[in-house]
Amino acid sequence: MEPNFEGQVLRLYIAGQTPRSIKAFANLKKICETHLTGKYRVEVIDLIQSPQLAAGDQILAVPTLVRRLPEPVRKIIGDLSNTDRVLVGLDIRPAS
Amino acid sequence: MAIPGIHGHHSRIVARLPKSPTGIDGFDQITQGGLPVGRPTLVCGGAGCGKTLFALSFLVHGATRFDEPGVYMSFEESTDELAQNVASLGFDLPGLIEKKKIVLDHVRIERSEIEETGDYDLEGLFIRLGFAIDSIGARRVVLDTLESLFSGLANESIIRAELRRLFRWLKDRGVTAVITGERGDGTLTRQGLEEYVSDAVILLDHRVTEQVSTRRLRIVKYRGSAHGTNEYPFLIDEEGIAVLPVTSIGLTHAAPSERISTGVARLDTMLGGRGYFRGSTILVSGTAGAGKSSVSAHFVDAACRRGERCLAFEFEESPQQVVRNMRSIGIDLQPWVDRGLLEFQAARPSVHGLEMHLSRMHRAIERFRPRVVVLDPVSSLISVATQGDVQATLTRLVDYLKMQGITALLTSLTHGRTELEQTDVEISSIVDTWLLLVTLESSGERNRGLYVLKSRGMGHSNQIREFLLTDHGVELVDVYAGPSGVVTGSARLTQEAEERAAALAHEQELERRERALARLRAAFDAEVASLRARFEADQADLATGIDEQRSGATRLRDDRRAIAERRRADAAQSGNGRRQGDESD
Repeated sequence: MEPNFEGQVLRLYIAGQTPRSIKAFANLKKICETHLTGKYRVEVIDLIQSPQLAAGDQILAVPTLVRRLPEPVRKIIGDLSNTDRVLVGLDIRPAS
Repeated sequence: MAIPGIHGHHSRIVARLPKSPTGIDGFDQITQGGLPVGRPTLVCGGAGCGKTLFALSFLVHGATRFDEPGVYMSFEESTDELAQNVASLGFDLPGLIEKKKIVLDHVRIERSEIEETGDYDLEGLFIRLGFAIDSIGARRVVLDTLESLFSGLANESIIRAELRRLFRWLKDRGVTAVITGERGDGTLTRQGLEEYVSDAVILLDHRVTEQVSTRRLRIVKYRGSAHGTNEYPFLIDEEGIAVLPVTSIGLTHAAPSERISTGVARLDTMLGGRGYFRGSTILVSGTAGAGKSSVSAHFVDAACRRGERCLAFEFEESPQQVVRNMRSIGIDLQPWVDRGLLEFQAARPSVHGLEMHLSRMHRAIERFRPRVVVLDPVSSLISVATQGDVQATLTRLVDYLKMQGITALLTSLTHGRTELEQTDVEISSIVDTWLLLVTLESSGERNRGLYVLKSRGMGHSNQIREFLLTDHGVELVDVYAGPSGVVTGSARLTQEAEERAAALAHEQELERRERALARLRAAFDAEVASLRARFEADQADLATGIDEQRSGATRLRDDRRAIAERRRADAAQSGNGRRQGDESD
């Protein structure tokens, strides 16, 4: 990615194409399109295929959405079905 | 990987459950082989109880000694912290990681940076663990401390469901796992992990009583395997963790009939002429300064002379002090120390709890492999425990020593005011030979006496011997029974002098009589000789006379015959045919 990209750099960790993974991805897509138009990058990592990547981002739960940029690193675990909490987790909406 | 062995429904069948050795001294003995192969074991205890060290020892020993690589998943300490903590024990974690014998994975859960929304599972953890296991072909896994999940994640019902799945998953993978858990209030673990582990649960405990710390280990559960339910003391020192397996030893030890010298010739004589039994336990008790240490030093010296290794535990004196003191009675122990035959282990009783002392002694014995062990004095252990505890501890130690066929000599200090035949530590029932050193007071003197109070399995002297400490060691001399009891010290010397004088007088009288007899015999012989001389002289005279008379008579007869012939007489012819020589002698 370009060095002075100012949007959100996101990673979604899943473990295979489970209904929960698919649901999480769908929820993420909807949130990003609604709230982060154009200012985000999403990388989906399937740990079944790349198990060696789990340790690097300290992944335990799946699905886990990791906001790698901007700092600080944030993690949102679960199927992202609660949009409000996702927005709070991504610092898009302040916690109330 | 399949799970070896049979599932634990029929406890009798699974008595030969395959075990995975931990390499922890003593633990593999009390569990008859270690942890159940291919199953998870829960190791729980409070903070600082040694859980992490136990788990890490299991893993490192697996990698270095049993060719079983392992995965260490730490939920608390970082990889660097762990490596530093165990480097002092000689565990080279970075080296083992380098050689792909061990994988360390630090699982960090920072609740503040985690938001939870919706449904999830812990498949990420499974994948991480599975990846680590596969990367080195691990056979062992440690999860330390899994309970951190509860503080890192909010959804407890998910965690519990996933834990249940995790334990099943570990079994399916066939890895031998150690899961640590923090002890809870009234429960084995704070989060009830024991609920998920059905195979083996081990509880570690660290308590401090009267400023003395003691570590104990208990096997709460071990499905399909016989195990002691006692608490076993264990220790953590520079060599790692060690469990003392001597709580429940039966009376199954062999009873050798070999005899070994006490190092004091006359004491050997008192003990049926041949000394102690090999592998027996000897108690030497007495008041302060009665010579207990000297008796034990003689024994040690004799053992070293036979080329046997001796281990001496000193609770009151430093090794240098012991060596110096024994030199003063002519026993030089230093050469044995120099040659590696004799080792001293000196420690003040108060530095450890009793269990720790026992553990340390046990460990030292395991390492040094002595044939003779000395504890000097066991009575000082009372200062760190109650009498009952000391007795129990010593019983365990003695049983252990007997199992190993090690001859043990314990000394015990009795106080002047207590009964002579009563040791502070009531250990008489566990000893085979009991020597009592007493102080005999008479004629304004205190002198030492020794007697054999008991000695199982051998005839022994029932006499008191006076016990002298000379510059060439212990000497036992006969005591004299006088009108007011035994006579020792200068009274004995007086008695001895008198007896010597009497003996001398007796001897002189004998000599005098012998001389008189000799004189008598000489006089008799002279008399006999002179008689014989006179007899011979007289005999010669008489014989000459007889001859003369006989020849005179013959001549007379001849003359008469001649006259008669001349006169034509017919005189009697008597003696006519006889020759002259017939009459001679």
